[in-house]
Amino acid sequence: MFKIDKEYRTKIGLAEMLKGGVIMDVTTSEQAKIAEDAGAVAVMALERIPADIRADGGVARMSNPKMIRAMMKEVSIPVMAKCRIGHFAEAQVLQSLGVDFIDESEVLTPADERYHVDKWAFKVPFVCGCRELGEALRRIAEGAAMIRTKGEAGSGNIVEAVRHMRMVQSNMREITTLGDEELVIRAKEMGVPVDLLEYVKKKSRLPVPNFAAGGVATPADASLMMQLGAESVFVGSGIFKSEDPQVRAKAIVTATTHYDDPDTVARASEALGEAMKGLEISQIPESERMQERGW
Amino acid sequence: MSLCVGVLGLQGDFALHAAMLKRLKVRSKTVRRPDDLTDCAGLILPGGESTTLMKLMAETGLDEGIKTFAAGHAVMGTCAGLIMLSAGLIGEKKVTPLGLIDIEAERNAYGRQVDSFVDRVRVPVFKDGKDFEAVFIRAPRIRFMGEGVKAMARHRDEVVMARNERVLVMTFHPELTRDARIHEYFVKEMVMKSRF
Repeated sequence: MFKIDKEYRTKIGLAEMLKGGVIMDVTTSEQAKIAEDAGAVAVMALERIPADIRADGGVARMSNPKMIRAMMKEVSIPVMAKCRIGHFAEAQVLQSLGVDFIDESEVLTPADERYHVDKWAFKVPFVCGCRELGEALRRIAEGAAMIRTKGEAGSGNIVEAVRHMRMVQSNMREITTLGDEELVIRAKEMGVPVDLLEYVKKKSRLPVPNFAAGGVATPADASLMMQLGAESVFVGSGIFKSEDPQVRAKAIVTATTHYDDPDTVARASEALGEAMKGLEISQIPESERMQERGW
Repeated sequence: MSLCVGVLGLQGDFALHAAMLKRLKVRSKTVRRPDDLTDCAGLILPGGESTTLMKLMAETGLDEGIKTFAAGHAVMGTCAGLIMLSAGLIGEKKVTPLGLIDIEAERNAYGRQVDSFVDRVRVPVFKDGKDFEAVFIRAPRIRFMGEGVKAMARHRDEVVMARNERVLVMTFHPELTRDARIHEYFVKEMVMKSRF
């Protein structure tokens, strides 16, 4: 079965520490501070949040190292940063800066149309997005230490994250019903190693934490994803594209901690102003859907 | 009714502590509010992000709740849990830990995530003489130990696990291993002996 060595254990270990928390996209040191004060477990350092990347167009790349360094100095919680899919040189730069987690992200413009980064070659852990179990296991086979749903970043619409989380869970339930001889053929069809399917069959879960991302905008969205089986929540544009980032950041943290207590989620939702406007998914042309990036 | 150990479930790897207790056939309970402590015989503060955890504890009133609880019950803390239970943090004035064990800790004292590691530590109290495989993740270091605090394990001469009468802390994560000896020690030698 799938083996977890010492280095991989420290990578998954950090992902374990981030469970039950909120990871927030931030574009300045001031925002990073607001996120930390609101109770974020980590921040994602970005030059532009996904909603703006979507609006601005053009090629989206790794953020400026100077800005990432400034944020690492500003907060004591872990700092994550994104590299383009397949852009291992950007990943090397991020590792040399000492970021705590790298997101090989579909939010940036892919740099390689065939290969993702070989994540085993790095000491720093990686998180990758997925829409279904096969994609999740391929990323884990490449060395990812955390998986998140792709959702549809920058849309403020939770529907895609829900679809992807439900799909992964339903795929896993199916695998647990298969006989061992069926696993080999399923592995071939899914394009994943058999030992990873064996792991899923035996344990009914992924070997790494499974978080939600892509469209979380409200406290209730966070509670929904946690109840659907997410172990933490990434919030991208949802906070700093809203009317009252400070209050909203805190409210989403509260709703994530107490996700199974509707009274608390209700109280957290009360004080809020306008959420980000959001996009109907069918209004986003297929060529502009970020979730289609990566394979 | 059988003994129940609470696990602080505000954030972090609390589910792994619960799984460890289950392996020892000890009942556990997720603690998110002060009321949850009423039927607990002991409490574990898990690993997680200490900055986040301390805020959430203050918000729910669990900071005071745990202090009261610890006056009569055993408490264990791993990594962020150690930070929260300590008496002070080196170079940080803004955050006030619970002060339930007289140690001073330094956060992220080995460096960032790329400096996280796994190594063997000696725990003399284990009679089988086998080392414990300790997982250190963005780990803190114990920089000062007061009177009444006893060293329980060392990594290269440095104390990485300590206890006083009712509080057991370590800078690493036994819950990330399959070795239940530390949890077993906590339940048998501390939780059971502090009940009154």
